[in-house]
Amino acid sequence: MGVDAMGPLGIVVGGSLSRGLDVRLGSAEAVEQAKVGTFVTVQGASSRYFGIITDLRLDAADPRLASAMADADPAMASVLSGTSVYSLATVTPMLTTGVAGEAPTPAKSLPGHFSPVHRATNEDVQAVFGSEDARHIYIGSPLDMEDTRVCLDLEEFVKRSNGVFGKSGTGKSFLTRILLAGILQRGVATNLVFDMHSEYGWQTKTESGYSAKGLKQLFPSRVAVFTMDPASSRQRGVQTDFEVQIGYDEIEPEDIAILAQTLNITDLGVQACYTLQRHFGASWLLDFLEQPADELAERLGESPSTLDALRRRLGHLQRLDFMQPHGQGAVKRVLDHLADGRHVVLEFGRYGDDLTAYLLVANLITRRIHEEYRRRTEQALATDGKDPDPLVITIEEAHRFLGPGIAGQTIFGTIAREMRKYHVTLLVVDQRPSGIDDEVMSQVGTRIICQLDNDRDIDAVLGGASGARELKSVLSRLEPRQQALMFGHALPMPVVIRTRDYDETLYAEMSVPGAGAAQGRDKRDLFG
Amino acid sequence: MIQPLVPGGSAARFGEVVEASIERLLGQCHRLYAAPVLGTLVRAGESVYAVVEGIETVALDPTRPIVARGAEAASEAEVYAEHPQLERLLRTQVTLSVIGHREGSDVRQYLPPLPPRIHTFLHVCAAEEVRDFFGDGRPDFASLLIRRGLSAGDDVLAAVLRQAAGAFEAPGDFLLTASRGVAVLLAGDTARLNAIVRRLPLGS
Ligand SMILES: Nc1ncnc2c1ncn2[C@@H]1O[C@H](COP(=O)(O)OP(=O)(O)OP(=O)(O)O)[C@@H](O)[C@H]1O
Ligand SMILES: [Mg+2]
Repeated sequence: MGVDAMGPLGIVVGGSLSRGLDVRLGSAEAVEQAKVGTFVTVQGASSRYFGIITDLRLDAADPRLASAMADADPAMASVLSGTSVYSLATVTPMLTTGVAGEAPTPAKSLPGHFSPVHRATNEDVQAVFGSEDARHIYIGSPLDMEDTRVCLDLEEFVKRSNGVFGKSGTGKSFLTRILLAGILQRGVATNLVFDMHSEYGWQTKTESGYSAKGLKQLFPSRVAVFTMDPASSRQRGVQTDFEVQIGYDEIEPEDIAILAQTLNITDLGVQACYTLQRHFGASWLLDFLEQPADELAERLGESPSTLDALRRRLGHLQRLDFMQPHGQGAVKRVLDHLADGRHVVLEFGRYGDDLTAYLLVANLITRRIHEEYRRRTEQALATDGKDPDPLVITIEEAHRFLGPGIAGQTIFGTIAREMRKYHVTLLVVDQRPSGIDDEVMSQVGTRIICQLDNDRDIDAVLGGASGARELKSVLSRLEPRQQALMFGHALPMPVVIRTRDYDETLYAEMSVPGAGAAQGRDKRDLFG
Repeated sequence: MIQPLVPGGSAARFGEVVEASIERLLGQCHRLYAAPVLGTLVRAGESVYAVVEGIETVALDPTRPIVARGAEAASEAEVYAEHPQLERLLRTQVTLSVIGHREGSDVRQYLPPLPPRIHTFLHVCAAEEVRDFFGDGRPDFASLLIRRGLSAGDDVLAAVLRQAAGAFEAPGDFLLTASRGVAVLLAGDTARLNAIVRRLPLGS
């Protein structure tokens, strides 16, 4: 049955632009079809409105209904249902178009009383979200519309930092894979993925047992897998391109600052790092770790206990096999690849469970990248040259980098705030958005949110969004897996989707060279 | 005998109008006790429709009240047999609520422009005419009954629906549609609606 063949869900009987429209649902079938998050259209006299159902409630014409109906008499129930007791849906109007089918614009007027409300059709979804093309990817389907494709404008998407949120097991990693593959295939940006759980480069087994291909498998020649833990990569049969080693002399006090919380380093300890660097120069960390504390304390005018504690905490670094006295140029390798238009996935292997390692490496590399992009952007400005291609950095456990205490100091906080000034944006993946600094969150352009059940997380993720109250009711009703609410910069209106399956069909689509293939070659010509 | 208005139907004449106003008729039955049952759809003359809202049997001459006569009789029948004049001293009359009329071939569930004249014949409508009048079950007429404020108005309304339902092939469907219509009229008064619905064989 075509969606069109169905009658209206109901008619508008009241409401306001701020609170949403009250829609009285017609038939019993309509009551069942109308779900929170359903994408609907309202046909006004001369405009069409697009909106979503943000709430449902039961109403009765008789305020004394509850007392008058002591028992659930089935005859009475069938007489009353839809007459003096009825269901109301709250529809929040988001966009409107004229009769001529102009591009939808934000709704600033309301449809009149009795305007019919329909479920959106395939054409409606296309009119609002566009259809697949060089910049739009298919990301999922609206609720109960399996055959309809909601598309995301990736070119707009990568212009800001974005977030994928949701509690564990809701499908964040799958969504992120879809986004990364799309960005890669459409060639809208270069990816650098700090792959905490080693799941984006090479295949991982899903909970249901089948394996989801990684980026390297989908785009073998355009993706390089770097690894922090070669043993683990070998064991999993991953073809890696480089083993990353980090030199003590590449670590800056700023990198230690981000570890403060995880390693329990006091502010004084962090301060001491700066003093140590001034004293020892580039090799400060190793020198410090190898010096007896007492003497040093005296020389630096630091308290021995501070230094002792600091040394004990930093001792953790010595247990990381990838740490070397001197850098081996791994960071530069990453940079060269990116400059070359190659996408980099950095696998952490067993260090994925070691937050210290993850924070340290991600911060260190990103700091260098930011410097580089900044230099290149400024150079381009000065010489009228070409800007660097946009870079998207994907980080998991983002709240560890972007918490209120540290967002002001870390490079990730800087990138989120700068937006795309230097052509670097973040794709943050996180289960605990309430741990992210408010200001950073407000800079997150497009938010893709899977189920969250902590109220603080929900509030955090909706912070600064218009219509947050309505969206909250939608968000709290997402299914526990493979459903997401998306809204923000790259989307004309909020929408609830069932994320598309990450499967053979998607692999096949990705194997077709998209716009990205040609562009990739251009980049190599330019920078190679 | 008046021709039935609806082809194939056969309306049975039972009495005539003895008092008439636009909303209410008093009809006298031609035979004692031969009144249509409560809630029956009745046509006065060619065009006015009403339903039976009350039935009474009283002395023909109000100055000569009826007295009890059965003290010695063995049965009621014996009383009537021993006093054949009773048939002439008593009359059965029906009070009718006007609920609609006919304009040409269309039925209207609202008051007619004029009341019928005195001595207009009264007919019980046959099934086909009942279906024609109640149509798809929209009980617009019900608002007339509900607003009239009869003491037993809800009983009358329920009786009308029960009687009408019998003329339909799917009485249950008719009753449900009609009750839902009544529910809209009584939206603010669930208790009263409940009282009416309980008088209907819904869902049986
Ligand atoms: N788009 C999808 N296609 C196929 N399977 C999916 C999809 N989304 C979710 N799943 C299923 O849901 C499971 C959990 O998804 P995923 O690993 O992405 O969760 P997550 O939110 O990243 O969890 P965590 O926070 O623990 O990393 C997957 O193993 C897979 O079975
Ligand atoms: Mg995950």
